[in-house]
Amino acid sequence: MSLLSDLARLIAELILIFVVLTDLILLGSSRLTSTIRLSAWQGMALGFLPLMVSRAGFGPTTLRLVTLGAVLFAMKGFLFPRLLLRALRTAEVRHEIRPIVGFQASILAGIAIVAASFWMGGRLPLPRPAPTPLALPMALSTILIGLFAITTRANALNQVVGYLVMENGIFIFGVALAQEEPFIVEMGVLLDVFVAVFVMGIAIFHIGREFDHIEVDQLSSLKD
Amino acid sequence: MVIAALILIPMLSGSLAFFLADDRARRGLLVAVALAHFGLVGLVWRGWGAASTALAEASGAWLAIDATGLIFLSIVSTLFLAVSAYGVGYLARERRSAHVDVVEHLYFRNEPEAVFTGCLLLFLGSMTLVTVSQHFGLLWVGIEATTLASAPLIYFHRQHRSLEATWKYLLICSVGIALALMGNFLLAVATPGGSEDSGGLVLGNLTRGARSLDAPWLKGAFLFFLVGYGTKMGLAPLHTWLPDAHSESPSMASALLSGALLNCAFLGILRAYQVCLAAGQAAFCQDLLIGFGLFSMLMAAVFVLNQSDYKRMLAYSSVEHMGILALGVGLGSSGAFGSALHAVNHSLTKASLFLTAGNILGAYATKSIGDVKGVLRVLPASGVLWVAGMFSITGSPPFGMFLSEFTILKAGFDAGRGVVAAAYLGLLGIIFVGMSSLVLGMAQGEPAEPMAPRREKVWSILPPAALLLLSLAFGVYLPPTLRDALAEMSRSLGGR
Repeated sequence: MSLLSDLARLIAELILIFVVLTDLILLGSSRLTSTIRLSAWQGMALGFLPLMVSRAGFGPTTLRLVTLGAVLFAMKGFLFPRLLLRALRTAEVRHEIRPIVGFQASILAGIAIVAASFWMGGRLPLPRPAPTPLALPMALSTILIGLFAITTRANALNQVVGYLVMENGIFIFGVALAQEEPFIVEMGVLLDVFVAVFVMGIAIFHIGREFDHIEVDQLSSLKD
Repeated sequence: MVIAALILIPMLSGSLAFFLADDRARRGLLVAVALAHFGLVGLVWRGWGAASTALAEASGAWLAIDATGLIFLSIVSTLFLAVSAYGVGYLARERRSAHVDVVEHLYFRNEPEAVFTGCLLLFLGSMTLVTVSQHFGLLWVGIEATTLASAPLIYFHRQHRSLEATWKYLLICSVGIALALMGNFLLAVATPGGSEDSGGLVLGNLTRGARSLDAPWLKGAFLFFLVGYGTKMGLAPLHTWLPDAHSESPSMASALLSGALLNCAFLGILRAYQVCLAAGQAAFCQDLLIGFGLFSMLMAAVFVLNQSDYKRMLAYSSVEHMGILALGVGLGSSGAFGSALHAVNHSLTKASLFLTAGNILGAYATKSIGDVKGVLRVLPASGVLWVAGMFSITGSPPFGMFLSEFTILKAGFDAGRGVVAAAYLGLLGIIFVGMSSLVLGMAQGEPAEPMAPRREKVWSILPPAALLLLSLAFGVYLPPTLRDALAEMSRSLGGR
């Protein structure tokens, strides 16, 4: 039993490390298909996190936990990437052309964010023990890197990917540190995120058709 | 039972509207749902009593109507009824074929009306869900759903500018609301023994056990709620998307976005505030609310003064009034009552002004303040509504907003925050001068090109007039039932 829970904790930690590594690779990629795929890999890995956290001795392993993981795996791993890739095809764009912060600088910023998150995560007093000391820093890094990507990418698709990364970070925080929310609320959250990606995909389709590009920093006719 | 009907009727008929091919049937459905919703809210009021809020809190149910929820629900329902009555005529007036955009002179088409109506109804359903949610997770789901249902409304006129506004709205608000989700999780961390044991993140349970909440994490949660829902509410400096979205959407959608939706986001902050209040952390939250409130008023004052677009002017005025709402709650005691009353009056007046702005835009085909002259002559009824609405929104007596703004001012002095109260009064003065000169300039004079006075349609006048009259009436006489509910809401926010 103890061996099993140690193994589960190890896997949970590997998942977290994998997520942060994909965060960093994502910051350095210009190809839109790669960023979408990376977010898909991240989502699939996170599908296993609820199960591993519970097997590591934090909360009971219930059917709804497994269902939640499976739904997450399917949505973030397959459904969202499909929606985004379809938007990409109609927009006929391949690369992020001019990010507001360059790719190498972005990776450096990402590493700085991870370092800062470890520093911060070590100082925040948790009322309850976390399944692994990595959980808080990794959640914070992923949230902040997602925010960073949203603000420094000019391409609408990469902004959506940034939003998904941020959402993944919040999910890590929720699974690892807060006790799970009731199943129906979790499903409501996932449904909302799904509709958000769907509506954003439609918006990107329209932006691509109207402007012949999806560089949203060039949409600047509205200002005072 | 009633709650389920309030949510499900708009949701189901909204889904149905997407597939209804006949325009008349769809518009009929819109009005029918609005009437049904309004009637159901009336039923809730009939069964309303002094003990209702306590009952709602004690039950620990996820969906329940307390005083605060009922006030906001009634605002949503009233506005939706007015807007749908206005909408029947508005949608009939819209052209189906490609037509020329008045600013960029490019051809564009409208979004299919079925999509617009469907989203409008889903929007009503999701706002209703927000007002009746007692569970923080459900509240979050509702608020994010309002964003998604309302984004297509902004893009009704498929122009470049409205697309830009839609994108900013979708992305900025989604990110903001994602931060509020983080707030939910922080709140769960602050709950001793995990949220499961204490009955989940239900408002009543949290306030009852508030003393045992972990203070630093609770404060952190409030910060995330304030920034997250504050983005959606349009508190400066998080308001950047708001003027774009509210000015580029069709006027009937603008009225709902400004009048009903901003309140829903405010409700999210209020729920978090209620928990902090019970946990004895009110002082921390109050300073933040006052700071964001005053800064919002300042930003609004700066941008109203030199505004050249009258719908943007109204949008910045919304930023101002959201600031006033936050400020009133932050001042506490009678300020909370002032905020509650102000939310009602602001919604009625702002929706009326946006609908009137739609009439002006329809006649003049421009949103530029400088190009509109002589509204009183060309559109006599809309002109009167426009000027009267301006006096109402700037807090002139005898309109209801005078009463609520005065109450908040007095709360400021009572709380010993003379500087805050003085700054508040000064900013109100600046905005009054700015808005009145712009609005009166539009109302008076002669149009640049001669325009004959028009006979205005009843549908375009009656809804905004009714809303404005209601706000006027509340300035003169506050019905006892409403006063009790407002007092109940104010008590739950630590006021008197």
